[in-house]
Amino acid sequence: MRRLLPLLSAGLLAGCTGWQSALAPRGPVADDLHGLFWLFTITCALVWLAVMLVLLAALLRRPPDGKARQERAMQHSARAIGGAVAATVVIVAGLTVASFLATRSISAHAEDALVIRLRGYQWWWEATYADPRPDQNFITANEIHVPTGRLVRIELAAADVIHSFWVPNLSGKQDMIPGRANSLAFTARKPGTYRAQCAEFCGLQHAHMALHVVAEPPEAFERWRTAQVAEAARPHGPEEDEGRRILESKACGACHTVRGTQAAGNLGPDLTHVGSRQFIAAGMLPTTRGSLAAWVADPQSIKPGSNMPMVPLTADELQAVSAYLTRLR
Amino acid sequence: MKPWHAAFLTLLLLAGCKREQRQYRLDPAIAESLDRVEVLPVGINGRPPRVITITGDPYRTNAYQLSQGKRLYAGFNCQGCHADGGGGTGPALMNGWWRYGPDAVSIFLSIRDGRPNGMPAFRDRMTPEQIWQLTGYIQSLGATRASGAAPSRNDAMQTRPAENRAPAMSRLPSPYEGGP
Repeated sequence: MRRLLPLLSAGLLAGCTGWQSALAPRGPVADDLHGLFWLFTITCALVWLAVMLVLLAALLRRPPDGKARQERAMQHSARAIGGAVAATVVIVAGLTVASFLATRSISAHAEDALVIRLRGYQWWWEATYADPRPDQNFITANEIHVPTGRLVRIELAAADVIHSFWVPNLSGKQDMIPGRANSLAFTARKPGTYRAQCAEFCGLQHAHMALHVVAEPPEAFERWRTAQVAEAARPHGPEEDEGRRILESKACGACHTVRGTQAAGNLGPDLTHVGSRQFIAAGMLPTTRGSLAAWVADPQSIKPGSNMPMVPLTADELQAVSAYLTRLR
Repeated sequence: MKPWHAAFLTLLLLAGCKREQRQYRLDPAIAESLDRVEVLPVGINGRPPRVITITGDPYRTNAYQLSQGKRLYAGFNCQGCHADGGGGTGPALMNGWWRYGPDAVSIFLSIRDGRPNGMPAFRDRMTPEQIWQLTGYIQSLGATRASGAAPSRNDAMQTRPAENRAPAMSRLPSPYEGGP
């Protein structure tokens, strides 16, 4: 065990540097929070250490003998208690001010901020890029892209129960409450993919409600945005044609939208560019033709309780649908 | 009371804390059989799939299934015509008058195949399981008897009594009162 302990703790610490960690800040807001975390941790550790030392001294000291000495000791302890109270007031007040200053940046606003409306569902995320030009608006799901170096403002809402939005590498945590508008801001410093996780227990598949934030240089972001605004890719070949026909004529189209086709439901995630996302089903599986087919064939085995029903399809139909979904890049 | 009496009683009480079972995944063969209803030639009334009877009528007695029905009621915009059950463009669902029969099979068929004068068919929009969930919820809207199962409550106001304050109606209308 003694030999295993360093290994284990190293393994735990390694968890603090990944794509979902508040200890690996990748933006100014996360920097502030990271600083605040260490300020609190170190201050509290020092206070704890001081209290323990005083306690140890008190335990080891011999009680004073004689009346005069006892009275002097009483005066001493009155002074010590007064000093400790004053120190507590100063420390708590100081931490309060530090906390206020550090968390101010979460609600920052700027004229040129990129605004994304994020809506939580059981158990996935709907993202609306609200551009002032109406023809540049689009809806996507479970993966958002942001340009580096530009303030991003996320407007949070929830469709059913309370969810919470948290990208530890980029910003703090904010609840998404039905019927209430919350918001949160961050700026990504470096390109990369960061994982967000619903941070408020929201039901059976709470743990499988992930969102991926892809930060990329402004030019790459603009390319992505233009691709997302476009209608869905056209099917190539008879198999993909058949896939599109099934998607439109079976139950798929009642809940999902694929812009440019007759599928226009709004109960489930928008699938217009589902093939371009890194993951499907809110971070459950990496996007491959196989995982798309597995998800359509039997969603309740992969994510029990999710609202995606098992739509009866033959093997050929499943092949066609998965071919078409892979095409939707 | 001796300590072991108390322990025995506690165990007995704990046995009552059985949580409702939620069935998320149906065996594909069972899911398929849910579509097989035996119906009279007039298109009203018939016999539900045997599997529903065997499993204890989950679509009426299981709160999860009723909640899913309620979700579908909102998601597929039943409100658009039937409002919260009081009716609008379409007939009311909670006044005891059923144009095509009050039984589960009639309601299932109304949703699946549609009815004349406006009710669309949802055959290709929902799976049979979902249609049964919706059927169970619609039956609970017009229920005259209290039930042990209710869907989750609304956060916003609605124009009908809450489902968990069953029954929605104290008695069926008598033929002398006249229908809509």
